[in-house]
Amino acid sequence: MSDIERLNSMLPNSLSVEESREKGILTLSVGPQHPGSGHFRLIIKVDGDIIVDAEPDPGYVHRGEEKMCEYRNFMQNIPHLERPVIADSCSILYPYCLAIEELLNIEAPRRAKFIRVIMSEINKMIFELYWLGIYGIFLGHSTMFMWPMADRELLIDLAELASGARVTHAYFVPGGVRNDLPDIFKDRAVRQLKYFRNRLNEYSKVFYENPLFIDRTKGVGILSREDAINLGVTGPVLRGSNVPYDIRKVEPYDVYDELNFDVKYMKDGDCFARAYVPYLEMYESVDLILQALEKMPDGPVRAKLPPNPKGKVGEVFKRVEAGRGELAYYVISDGTQKPYRVKLSVPSFRAIPAMRKLLIGARLADMPAIYWGLNYWPVEADR
Amino acid sequence: MSDQSLYREKEIVDKISSKFGEKIKTNYINTKRIKFEVSKDDIIEFAKFVKDMGFDHPISVAGTDYPKDGKIEVTYHIDSCSNESYFGIVLTIAVRLARDEPIMPTLMNIYKGVEYHERETFEMLGVVFKDHRKLDRLLLPEDWADIPPLRKDFQIKGR
Repeated sequence: MSDIERLNSMLPNSLSVEESREKGILTLSVGPQHPGSGHFRLIIKVDGDIIVDAEPDPGYVHRGEEKMCEYRNFMQNIPHLERPVIADSCSILYPYCLAIEELLNIEAPRRAKFIRVIMSEINKMIFELYWLGIYGIFLGHSTMFMWPMADRELLIDLAELASGARVTHAYFVPGGVRNDLPDIFKDRAVRQLKYFRNRLNEYSKVFYENPLFIDRTKGVGILSREDAINLGVTGPVLRGSNVPYDIRKVEPYDVYDELNFDVKYMKDGDCFARAYVPYLEMYESVDLILQALEKMPDGPVRAKLPPNPKGKVGEVFKRVEAGRGELAYYVISDGTQKPYRVKLSVPSFRAIPAMRKLLIGARLADMPAIYWGLNYWPVEADR
Repeated sequence: MSDQSLYREKEIVDKISSKFGEKIKTNYINTKRIKFEVSKDDIIEFAKFVKDMGFDHPISVAGTDYPKDGKIEVTYHIDSCSNESYFGIVLTIAVRLARDEPIMPTLMNIYKGVEYHERETFEMLGVVFKDHRKLDRLLLPEDWADIPPLRKDFQIKGR
C-alpha cells in the first residue's frame, strides 16, 4: 500500500488526499490527548478557519461497565458504577439504587431520602464547579479556574464529613444510604452554604459580566429548540435552548416533590445560555439543601436487606437529574442475584450528535467554547 | 396503585392501539412507563405516529441478547418535551429480531438523536440498522476481532 493510499484509508469520509489538496481542505485530529475532561478525539475538516465537517470519535476510555454489571451481584456493582464520573459520583449511583429498590421491592426510610437529596445536590454543585473552572481556563480566564476549584473544597469537605471519602463516596446503597450524617453536619453545612451563596454572586461579576467571556460565547453555537429536542440532548443544554424540562419536576423521585424550587432555563440556545443555566441552578441547589436540612426527620437511614438478595423477574427504567442532565438506568432482572442486563443512558453520550451539529459551520476558535459548553464528559460517555 | 392513577397511560395506549390494533403488543403499563412490542416492518410507521403525538425526545437505545429464545431485543426509550400532558412518561418500544439475522431499519431519520446509540448497539450486539448514516466502530478498539461483546456467549476472561 502506498503512502497516499494509506493516508486515504485513514480519512474519515470519502474525501481523498488529492481532493483535499485541491479544495484546500485540511483534516485535523483534535485529541485524543486530554482536552480538559478525558480522552476523546474529534476529527474535523477545516476550510480556512471554518469547520466544514466534524466526526466525534469517542471510545478511548471505554471500560465495559455494562458487561461488568452482568457478572456482579446487585451490591457488588456499587463501587465500579460510580467510576465513570467521579466528580458527580452520587448522581450516577442514584438511579441504580432506585432501580434495584424497585426490583427487590424495598423502600428507603424517610430520613435516607432526605440525605440522598442533600448529597446529590452537593455532588451536582461539586461537578458544576469543576466544569466551570475548566470552562474558565479553556477561554483563557485563569481567575475563573482558581475560584471554583477553591470553593469546591468547601463542598467536598461536606461530602467527606457525610461519607468519609472526598470524591468516590459509594454512599448510596439500595435501601438508603451507607451511614447516618454526623451531628455536626447540619451546622457546618448551613455555614458553608451561606458563604458559598455569597461567593456565587462574585462569580457573576468576574465571569458572566466579563466582556471576554461574553464575546466568546454570546451568539456562538446556537442550538434551536426543535434541534435540541430531536437530537435528544438533556440537562442544561436542553434548558439553555428554551425547554424547561427537569426530571426533578416532571417525575419527582424521593422527596423532591416536597421541596420548593424553580426550573431555570434560557431562551437563546447559545453557549452563554448553556453556561448560565448551571450557574442559576447552583443557587437552587443551595436552597434545596437548606430546605431539606430543615425538614429532615430522625430515624433509620437504611432498610434491612437479606444477604445477596434475588430480584424479581422484570425490568425497570429509572432516571434522575444529574449535574449534566438526565441520567437513566435500564435494568433487566431474570430472578437471580445478578442483573441480566444493565444499560446506562448517560447525558454526555447524548451530547455527541449535538456536538457534530454545532461544530459544522462554526469557526475553529469557537471549538473550545462549543465543546465544553455541551458539558461533555468523555469517561462517562464511553462507560 | 389504583387504576385511577394510570389514566394518562391508558389514554396513550388506547390512542396507539386504535391506530395499530393487532400489529402491536402492549407488554406492560406501569406508572409513567409503557412498553410496546412492534415488528421491524411497522417500526418506522409506529415511530412517526408517536412522534406526532408528542413523544419527540429520544433517551436511549438498548439491546439485550436472549440466546434461549434465539432473539435480540432492541429497545428505544422515548419521552416527551413538547406535550405537557405527557411529561414524565417514557415509552419503551421493543423490536425483537432473529439472533442469526438481526437487521432492522434505522430510526435516525425520525429521531436524529438515536444515531450514535444505534451505532453502539451495532458494535455491541451486531444489530444492523439499514440506511444508517455511518454504521461503524464507536467505542471498541479499532482492532477488535471477536464477537460483539454484549452478546451472552461472549465471556469475560477469568470470570
